[in-house]
Amino acid sequence: MSAPGDRKYLQTHEWHKLEGNIVTIGITQFAADELTDITYVSLPKVGTKVSAGKPFGEIESVKATADLISGVSGTVIEVNSALVQNPGLVNQDPYVGGWMVKVQIASPAEMDKLMPLDDYLKAVGQ
Amino acid sequence: MLKRTPFHAFHVSAGAKLVDFAGWEMPLLYRSVVDEHVQTRTSGSLFDVSHMGRLQFTGPDAQAFLQRVLTRNIADQQVGQSRYSLVCNHAGGTLDDVILSRDAQRWLVVCNAANRDKLVRHFTDLRRQWSMDFDLADQTEATAMLALQGPRVMDRLATAIPGDLKALKRYHFQTVSLMLVSGLVFRSGYTGEDGVEIIFPASVASMAIQMLGGALDRPDATIKPAGLAARDTLRLEAGMPLYGHELTEAIDPLSAGLGWAVDLAKDFVGVEALRRIKADGPKRRLVGLELDGRRIARQGSAVLLNGAAVGEVTSGTLSPTLQKSIAMAYVDAAHSAEGTALSVDLKGQACAAKVVKLPFYRRPAQ
Repeated sequence: MSAPGDRKYLQTHEWHKLEGNIVTIGITQFAADELTDITYVSLPKVGTKVSAGKPFGEIESVKATADLISGVSGTVIEVNSALVQNPGLVNQDPYVGGWMVKVQIASPAEMDKLMPLDDYLKAVGQ
Repeated sequence: MLKRTPFHAFHVSAGAKLVDFAGWEMPLLYRSVVDEHVQTRTSGSLFDVSHMGRLQFTGPDAQAFLQRVLTRNIADQQVGQSRYSLVCNHAGGTLDDVILSRDAQRWLVVCNAANRDKLVRHFTDLRRQWSMDFDLADQTEATAMLALQGPRVMDRLATAIPGDLKALKRYHFQTVSLMLVSGLVFRSGYTGEDGVEIIFPASVASMAIQMLGGALDRPDATIKPAGLAARDTLRLEAGMPLYGHELTEAIDPLSAGLGWAVDLAKDFVGVEALRRIKADGPKRRLVGLELDGRRIARQGSAVLLNGAAVGEVTSGTLSPTLQKSIAMAYVDAAHSAEGTALSVDLKGQACAAKVVKLPFYRRPAQ
């Protein structure tokens, strides 16, 4: 599945989908494919504060370990606990079932600083 | 410019993700690492291993020379036999691990791709120094090499390759006729499964892959292509060393647990150093580790005992077969006993681990 146009991206391959004042974050298919089989996803506890440009978790695959970066600041209100038992969901369904955290944000304007789909695709050479 | 094997077009058409491996453009994976790993353990996989070096020795001093550069005794090696061996430097460090095969009129060394040029220089220097008479021919690029591995491979190949392959014993090989040219079939591999490795002229590569694999792209195919990433997780479960990880020029084969491939009673490059290491006992030993949880220990991660470093991880993965985080590591000999409770530093977090017996995986008896 190609990256959806209804969200904003970081060059580090995280997607951000805004609904009201809640931003859902995950990683792109391109990133999941590059990592290969994902074996472990480390996510923050509900209530954790996250900051724009800072790591909120870690992702591991057979091949590598990478930080998960948030493009927005706010409070984690929900995490995808399905990824603990089944981290491969991120490979199979990165844009829906493989979401990682939902963050309640103070300022939706932060989303404006993130890349639209076209810019992301250019950044990764797709 | 990366070198390409004779199977490059096949890799591209099979959808491989290609990467630079020791100067060769090689398939990292075709579908998914875990899928290819499980396919190998349960049915069969085809690996292009043409990047590995193939060095042929002929002439009057070939055997005497190999006896002096390899750690294994080859005096009693029969025609049709292969033996795993190490090539050491004078300090006992490992220059490479190789498989030596004795054919009727020649000896064949299969070495690691990354060490091929180094070994050719090493052998050529010593030949001059010792004034020995033999020819060394690098046949890597004139030939191709495939590994077919998995529990259903031998049955599947019985229909594709002439001769009684099942009678071929482990670490033996035979010459077979493939499409009017002759090739060598070895009962060996690097996955912990039964299977063969095959060397034949590069010119017949594309025909050979069709014949050996059959319909490789069918979802229910007995044998499917697998890449280097699965080859790595398979060999790690099988407790086999990988050069650059468990073996380097700074690591001797005795510490690596490869004493069975080292004959200290004969004279070879590195023997004095290895006799000293044997007498004193290795300071550190290669061990298997099982970690708690699903996190993977990477090469270079520190192994800790009560917070103090006692070793270093050389390879790690999440074992697809065992569903456990496994690693190999060099650990101070005093803390290398099976069952020892240690921990591994995973980016600042100590993860509990225990020393376990190698290999992690042994194929079920057939």
